[in-house]
Amino acid sequence: MKFKLVPLAAGLVLSAGVAHAATLDDVKARGSLNCGSSVSLAGFGQPDDKGVWKGLDVDFCRAMAAAIFGDANKVKFVPLSAKDRFTALQSREVDVLARNTTWTMSRDTSLGLQFGPVNYYDGQGFIVRKKLNLAKAEELAGATVCVQTGTTTELNLADFFRSNNLKYEPVVFADADATVKAYDSGRCDAFTTDASGLYSERLKLTNPADHVVLPTIISKEPLGPAWRQGDNPWGNIVKWTHYAMLTAEELGVTQANVDEMAKSSANPDVKRLLGTEGKFGEGLGLPNDWALKIIKAVGNYGEAFERNVGEKTPLGIKRGLNALWTKGGLQYAPPIR
Amino acid sequence: MSMSSDMNTMGIGFVRTEQAPTLSPPASTVGIIGWARANLFSGPVNTLLTLVGILIIYIIVPPVWNFFIANAITVGKDRTECLVEIPGACYPYLVARFQQFIYGFYPEAERWRVNLTALLCFGSVAWLLIPATPRKSWMAAFFFVAFPVLAYILLSGAFGLPKVATSLWGGMLVTFVISIVGIVVSLPLGILLALGRRSKLPLVKLFSVIFIEFWRGVPLITVLFMAKTMLPLFVPEHLAPDQLLRALIGVALFSAAYMAEVVRGGLQAMPKGQYEGADALGLSYPQKLIFIILPQALQIVIPGIVNTFIGLFKDTSLVTIVGIFDFLASIQSSLTDPVWATPWTAFTGYGFAALFYFVFCFGMSRYSKFMEERLARSHKR
Repeated sequence: MKFKLVPLAAGLVLSAGVAHAATLDDVKARGSLNCGSSVSLAGFGQPDDKGVWKGLDVDFCRAMAAAIFGDANKVKFVPLSAKDRFTALQSREVDVLARNTTWTMSRDTSLGLQFGPVNYYDGQGFIVRKKLNLAKAEELAGATVCVQTGTTTELNLADFFRSNNLKYEPVVFADADATVKAYDSGRCDAFTTDASGLYSERLKLTNPADHVVLPTIISKEPLGPAWRQGDNPWGNIVKWTHYAMLTAEELGVTQANVDEMAKSSANPDVKRLLGTEGKFGEGLGLPNDWALKIIKAVGNYGEAFERNVGEKTPLGIKRGLNALWTKGGLQYAPPIR
Repeated sequence: MSMSSDMNTMGIGFVRTEQAPTLSPPASTVGIIGWARANLFSGPVNTLLTLVGILIIYIIVPPVWNFFIANAITVGKDRTECLVEIPGACYPYLVARFQQFIYGFYPEAERWRVNLTALLCFGSVAWLLIPATPRKSWMAAFFFVAFPVLAYILLSGAFGLPKVATSLWGGMLVTFVISIVGIVVSLPLGILLALGRRSKLPLVKLFSVIFIEFWRGVPLITVLFMAKTMLPLFVPEHLAPDQLLRALIGVALFSAAYMAEVVRGGLQAMPKGQYEGADALGLSYPQKLIFIILPQALQIVIPGIVNTFIGLFKDTSLVTIVGIFDFLASIQSSLTDPVWATPWTAFTGYGFAALFYFVFCFGMSRYSKFMEERLARSHKR
C-alpha cells in the first residue's frame, strides 16, 4: 500500500496547480505516440503471426507517428476494449483513439471528446447466400434474419423493414459467434451487422465463396479517430494526417514514387503537400516534410485501404463509400493551401 | 473355536487335521466382471447412473476425438487448407501463432531471455517441490531473493541488455509472471494479515481487518480497471507505475486478502493447547509461530491455499480487459485474423487454451494432494 500511496500523494500535490501540457508536447517529450487500438478487429487493428500490428486504424497511428517523429515505429499500441476505450482517452492513457469508433452526436457532445475525420464509412449491411440471387436488401421480404440482440444493429434492422413496409422474422442471439454459426447452419436467410464486420465474419463460414454481401447499407456508421476536446492543435494533427493521405491519393502520390515526386513534380498541389513549397507543417507544429514522411511510411489512403482490407486481402472489401469523392465516394480532403 | 473344543470334549465327531483347500472365489466377484458388478452395477441406482455415464461418454468423446485427432488438419500455410466441410482442428494456425502465444510481442531477438528466465524459474520450482532434492534452503534463498532480481533484469532489461517495455510482454509469459508473482507475494502477505487479524494490538488488528475486507469487498475486475484508468487521473504521467506493474500489485494484494482468510481458518483450527504448550515451553512469539503453530496450521489449510492459487492462476485471464495481452487474450486476438479465420479456428484456439489451463491447474491440485498425504503422517483429517 505504501508503495502505491507515495507516488499518488506526490501526484496530487504536483497536479493540484499545474494544468496538463498540450498533447503534442507530451508526445514529443515521451518520444512515442500512445495509440488506442482495437484488440482483434480483422483489417483494422490486430497483431499478425509475427506479433506486428496490422490494420487500417493501426496504419493511421503509424502515419501520425511518422508525421510527428519522422519514424512510423515510434508508436505504442494500447489495445482497448469497447468498454474502456473512452475512459482510456479521457484519462490520458492514450493520445489518440483509432479503434473503429462510430462518431455519434451523443459521444461527440457528452464525453469530452472530439471526433476526427472519418477514415472509414461503415454501415449496416446484409450477407446472404449467393444462390438466392438477391440484388439488394429490399428483396429480403419475408426473410428470416440472424441478428445479435441488444445492439443498435437490431434496432436498425427493425427500422429498415418497417420503413420499407416489409415483413421479416428476426432470429436473435446473444453473441456474435452464435449468430454467425446460426446463419451458417441455415437457420436464417440473411445475417446482418456492420458491413466491415460482415466481411470478416464471412471468413468464418464453411464456404465463404457461397455468400455475398449485399450492396444495400441501412445505417450510418462513420468510423474515425477521437481525441480529447480542448486540445485543438493536437486535433489538427489528427485531422491533417488523414487529409494528407487522401490528398496524396488524389494527386497520385504513392509510397513508391513519393521521393521522386518531392524532387521533380511541378504540380503546386504536390509541392505544397510534400513541403517543397510553403510552410504548412509549421501550422501543425511539425516539420515541413510531415506529409512526405506519412506517405513514405504507410502510403496514401488508397494504398493503406487496399493493403489492409481491400479486394486483394482475404477480407475483400470494395472501396464503395470510401472511394475518393472524385470516384463516387465520400472521402474528401480540404485543400492544402 | 469354541464349537470344535466342545466337540472334542464330547468325544464324537470329526476333527479336520488339515486345512480345506481354498476354493477360488466365484467368477462373478473377480476380474473385470466382479469389479464392474461391485462398482458399476451394484444396485438399480448405480446401474442407471453407469448407463447414463456411458451415454454421456458416447455422446461427447467421439466428436471431440474426431475434431481434435481424426479430422484435424496438420499441415497448411493459411486458412485455405483449414476450410474443410468436416469439422477438424486447424493445427497449422496454432503452429503459426505459437510463438505469439508464448511471448506476445516480445522482440524475437531477445526471446532467449524469456526462455532463460523460464528455465531458471521452473527449474528452481521443481527443485523446491520434489522432496528428494538436497539443499532446499539454498534453493529457496535463490528463488525468493536472487531470482526475482535476476528475472527482472533479464525480462525488462538492464546492464547492457536492451530494454523491453512491458507493453510488449504477452502470452504465457504474462500469465506466468502475474500468477507466480501473485502466488509468491500473496502467501507471506496473507500469513502476516491473518496473524494481524488475530493480533491483540488494536491498530494492527484494525489495519488487517480493513485491508482484508476492502480487497475482498471489491471485484478483481474493478481493481484492475481502477489501476488502469483511474490512476493516471490522479498521478502525473511520469510518476504512474507501469501498466503491468499496476495489474501485478492489484492481483497480489487481492489474492493476499483471500489467502489471509484461508490461513486464519488454519490458525483457528489449532487446538488452544498448542498455543499454551508453546507458551509453557517459554518460546517467544516468533518461535511459537514458526516452530509450533504455522507448520501445523498451514498443513491443515493446504487445500484452501492451493484452491486460492488455482483461482489466482485462472483469474489472470481477467487482465485482458485492461489491455494486457495474457495467454487467453493472445489467442482471442488471433481468432479473427483474416489469414486464419475459418469456422474451426475458434474451437482450435479455445481447445488449446483449455488444455493449457487444465494441465497447470490439475498439476497444482495433484501436487497439493501428494503434499497433504506426505505431511499427514501423524493424523489424517
